[in-house]
Amino acid sequence: MKTNNFKIIAMSFVATIMLVSCSNSDNNSSSPDFSGTFVQKDQMARPAINTVFNSSADKDAFNITVPSAMQAAFKTKFEARLLALNNATGAAYTTNALNLDSSTFAGVLAQDVLTVSRTGATAFGSLKGRSLNDDVIDTELTLIFGGPTGGDKPAFTSDNVDANDKTFSTTFPYLATAW
Amino acid sequence: MKKSKMLLGLSLVAISGLVLIAADHIDAPAVTGNGNDITDVYAFQAQDNNNLVLVVNTQGLLSPTATSTASFKENVLMEINIDNNGDAVEDLVIQAIRKGDKMYFFGPVAPGTPGINSTIKTDSPAGNVAISAYGSPVVIGTSASGMKFFAGPRDDPFFFDLTAYKAIIAGTATAFADPGVDTFKGTNVLSTVIEIPKTMLGTGTGDINIWAETKQKQ
Repeated sequence: MKTNNFKIIAMSFVATIMLVSCSNSDNNSSSPDFSGTFVQKDQMARPAINTVFNSSADKDAFNITVPSAMQAAFKTKFEARLLALNNATGAAYTTNALNLDSSTFAGVLAQDVLTVSRTGATAFGSLKGRSLNDDVIDTELTLIFGGPTGGDKPAFTSDNVDANDKTFSTTFPYLATAW
Repeated sequence: MKKSKMLLGLSLVAISGLVLIAADHIDAPAVTGNGNDITDVYAFQAQDNNNLVLVVNTQGLLSPTATSTASFKENVLMEINIDNNGDAVEDLVIQAIRKGDKMYFFGPVAPGTPGINSTIKTDSPAGNVAISAYGSPVVIGTSASGMKFFAGPRDDPFFFDLTAYKAIIAGTATAFADPGVDTFKGTNVLSTVIEIPKTMLGTGTGDINIWAETKQKQ
């Protein structure tokens, strides 16, 4: 870690020097180097999907799989994990509040994209985006454990943390200042 | 640092157990500690209802001390993928990468070849913004097309009682605590925030699918 930090600091010094020397001549000629091929290392849309549903052995593979190939690779494993989680906490999984059986729900989860409305309010609970205030963990817990009405296994369907530790802004960039 | 090591330890526990670490914070070994780890992705309607806000957070669990020295990596490309015809293949990408003290943005533009390899769409520059320094006022970039840009440290907007969840999975608790305790209270992330007119996300007004990727320079 210390070595890394040192390297980062050293690199940023080099970058600063280069920028300064470039700006001496012409601002337009100091365009940065954007060349090269960039290879996928992480992928994410819905919160906690990789962490909850993939075994340790599959986590890196999931992150470098494109969403259109995820169901074929991971749906069966996701369904097994969904059933096991429910068996470990009581009654077996039947359907959830979205009326999805285990196979269908596993298919939805395994394709890790966030569906977003372009016409109105956005909220994770209605599967139309993800807003900063959305209690996404309660939504996911309810869909995993809450049964057909969302009312089953109440001990497992909310973590009772309902809001962030700082208030969000109503204006850009919306997120709160750092601690 | 100590905290992130502790949480890294917990992820090893997950091998046998199934410990939820966070939204996606340090979700997998290959992305931990190298600037590639996406912690959360948000997509929501902006204050101006004609716009959508897209947020990609990386490098989670930063203490205030760690935040003051944290930086975006110049070899890590952030890419927001947009599927506007429902096949889970990106039709448009928005790219962001740090060079020096600025974050540069490209797109939205067709990716050419979709998939796990990308080149930077230098023919479609969107704009850039100076990276906001820790403890300093935010710097907001804008473009003629109506986009807004921010890059810099922010409070981690994610909230979750990880400790209680861990206890449940370990079998030492049979319910969440009430009230719960936000495990991520007091920690920061490096945020990239883009506000964009909805009209730039493809024709029509149907739902779109979005996801974020980090891609490292070969």
